[in-house]
Amino acid sequence: MKVSILQFPGTNCDYDTQYAFERLGAQTEIIWHKSETIPEETNLLVVAGGFSYGDYLRSGAIAKFSPVMKAVIAYANDGGKVLGICNGFQILTEAGLLPGALKRNDGLHFLSKHHRLKVENTDNDFLKKLQGGDIVNIPIAHHDGNYFIDPKGLEELYANKQILLTYCDENGSVKNPNGSIDSIAGICNTTKNVFGLMPHPERAMETMLGSDDGVKMLQGFLES
Amino acid sequence: MKAIVNISLKAGVLDSQGKAVHHALDSLHFEGVNDVRVGKQIVLQLSENDKDKAMAEVTKMCEEILANTVIEDYEIELV
Repeated sequence: MKVSILQFPGTNCDYDTQYAFERLGAQTEIIWHKSETIPEETNLLVVAGGFSYGDYLRSGAIAKFSPVMKAVIAYANDGGKVLGICNGFQILTEAGLLPGALKRNDGLHFLSKHHRLKVENTDNDFLKKLQGGDIVNIPIAHHDGNYFIDPKGLEELYANKQILLTYCDENGSVKNPNGSIDSIAGICNTTKNVFGLMPHPERAMETMLGSDDGVKMLQGFLES
Repeated sequence: MKAIVNISLKAGVLDSQGKAVHHALDSLHFEGVNDVRVGKQIVLQLSENDKDKAMAEVTKMCEEILANTVIEDYEIELV
């Protein structure tokens, strides 16, 4: 299993992501954004979190024109699995690989804390090790995590079971930290090979650091 | 030629910053403000002097990178 992890100027979750996947037994490689290709043997491509290009203009807006992104789009269109975490999610929406957009949090504050998430749809490679309705404890750390999509797009997300995770409290009741439409924390594309979420599963790998619920999430990619 | 691009959230997309500024104006007792929208302005110095060509080029810039048309509208002014 080979996991390739993208690195832009300003990416800061690349090494956490590498640690997480290596802990699960995967081989990893960090790919600098100037590269025009991604390793052929890649089984999963991760767009790691951070602040690519300082979030200038809009989060992810400049990263989408980096040389490596052409290869990423070709890889995704060819059925390759792509996971965007936090800024990676923002980049994938800007690049048009995932629908919708991420706006400034409704409360205008940068949020950095653990948050409960409810597992919505599990018939995909990412969440197949979890059950619908499961509640996981995963850190969030973002300023622009307020997911927006127009009413027609939202209908399609429901119809195609593209909503992966929603924000909730310990009991699974809706608790929305940032104003996201229908409390959406993560989605996938219609063909279920491109995934994006604002929370950081790679930061939930050790109970001593608050939670290891990220293990079950990322493991989904490593088991066929 | 100079192009002034004003970018703001679309009508119907909640503008949290605008709302916060509106609250602040209310608390300072500025009355008669019905709505506040916060946007951004990008000023481009162009070498193109033909208005139509400049407008076409800047429109393309807006569609491709300057605005995210999923959530934002843009207005271009040439001076």
